[in-house]
Amino acid sequence: MKITPLPLYLRRREFLALGAGSVVGSAAISLSLARSALASGEPTPPPLPNLRKGPFGTDERQNSFADITHYNNYYEFGTDKSDPAANAVVFPTRPWTIAFEGEIKNPQSVEIDELVKWFPLEERIYRMRCVEAWSMVIPWAGFPLAELIRRLEPTPRAKYVAFTSRLDPSKMPGQRRHVLDWPYVEGLRLDEATHPLTLLAVGLYGRPLPNQNGAPLRLVVPWKYGFKGIKAITKVRFVEKEPPTTWNRMAPSEYGFYANVNPDVDHPRWSQARERRIGEFFKRKTLPFNGYADQVAHLYQGMDLRRFY
Amino acid sequence: MSRPHAWTKLLGRAAVFAACGLPLALIGFDALGGRLGANPIATIMNRLGYWTLFFLLLSLVPTPLKTLFGWTSPVRFRRMLGLFAFFYACLHLGTYVGVDQFFDLPAIAADIVKRKFITIGLLAFLLLLPLAITSTDRWVRRLGFVRWKRLHRLSYLAAICGVIHFTWRVKADLREPMIFAAALAGLFAVRLLAPLVLRSGPGTARAESVARAQELGRLRIDPARSSCGEARS
Repeated sequence: MKITPLPLYLRRREFLALGAGSVVGSAAISLSLARSALASGEPTPPPLPNLRKGPFGTDERQNSFADITHYNNYYEFGTDKSDPAANAVVFPTRPWTIAFEGEIKNPQSVEIDELVKWFPLEERIYRMRCVEAWSMVIPWAGFPLAELIRRLEPTPRAKYVAFTSRLDPSKMPGQRRHVLDWPYVEGLRLDEATHPLTLLAVGLYGRPLPNQNGAPLRLVVPWKYGFKGIKAITKVRFVEKEPPTTWNRMAPSEYGFYANVNPDVDHPRWSQARERRIGEFFKRKTLPFNGYADQVAHLYQGMDLRRFY
Repeated sequence: MSRPHAWTKLLGRAAVFAACGLPLALIGFDALGGRLGANPIATIMNRLGYWTLFFLLLSLVPTPLKTLFGWTSPVRFRRMLGLFAFFYACLHLGTYVGVDQFFDLPAIAADIVKRKFITIGLLAFLLLLPLAITSTDRWVRRLGFVRWKRLHRLSYLAAICGVIHFTWRVKADLREPMIFAAALAGLFAVRLLAPLVLRSGPGTARAESVARAQELGRLRIDPARSSCGEARS
């Protein structure tokens, strides 16, 4: 008795499935792209009062609230992009004290609700370029870090600003695994920190910042890769020497202290020449300093940006 | 040879076939339901890559199961598992070339040359290619079983390349690639150590398990063909 030539039979079905799969797949991709662009997902908390339009805003199409709040790199709440939205919901952001210390005339600790009253809040619509070669356009609400620094009065010895995020493995489940050195730390040179583009954000789409985006207080430095934007800030310290930064400690050859968006300096494992804007199909060219070169390129005059990546 | 319960076998095969297609079906459902997240292209590519590696490793499981416990029925699904691994590899690579890069051949060529995780990923795919082509009974006959079997040991090399591809791709969280690496190491250990242990004399685990299987009538041993039977499904 002749056995049915099963392999052929099987493979015929596989080739059929391949054809069907690619048709379904491409239809599905275009559909979900369209959906993610359309869905605006109304934010629930009441709007921030007295929010005024800030400078430097881009008129590019903003990403949806749903996309901005459900595609996050925030390893304190898990390494999958969808983890923070799921795991940060119960994270307590009140009471929350931020300590200002180091080389300043007025070291002090301030409650977040007190801090936001110090400055008028502005809306800043910035491009955000992730080191993973995707990008978004995000309407932040916050105040310039420069204004806070002016108020704290740094001493002449202050050359850098070091930021520390919250350490609380009981409320930040991602910290129970040693994926990164906890707590997350970041830093800026003082002239970067006082640049008018540099923002401390407390809101998004005119509403208080969702937990998964770094509530209650996060840094936004739009000409640098997203990982410089430390979230859930608890401490800001003014120092003389370049402070350690989390991703640089984790992989020094891949993530520098400066981390300026630069299409000419690739990540060792992938190209930085192009990026996928979330919601778009075709990749677009990445711009030097994420399109903010006119504002910030002078900060790095004479520096070899291949060396100081 | 008589084949009782031919329809049960066919049913089992259909069930395994459907199970192997499930991950793709789920990707389709999630896409239609808008559940692939803000970056659906990356999600689809990652999920297809994950299942490629999953089925590639799964296709390496039946032989150790036979060696250790004398279970022969999983061997019947080995070819299907291997072909599904190849099928998911094609979709994974196809998504990268046709969707993620949209056939930007210079960019793809640069990636292959400069990014070692892509180089080794492509190598894994190229290793699977001859195995998929020679997966038919006809090719087993044409090559002769010994040579065919030697060729198909490349699946181990492809699996190693696949695990390295995944490991090099990940930014910081190595848990998933390490699980795959551990599984692959386990499969290797059985392959390398089992012959040493089981060959140590009469009354060994293998002999016992074969005898037990014969008693239970689950196995019809034809010594002349037993190794060949392994290759067939």
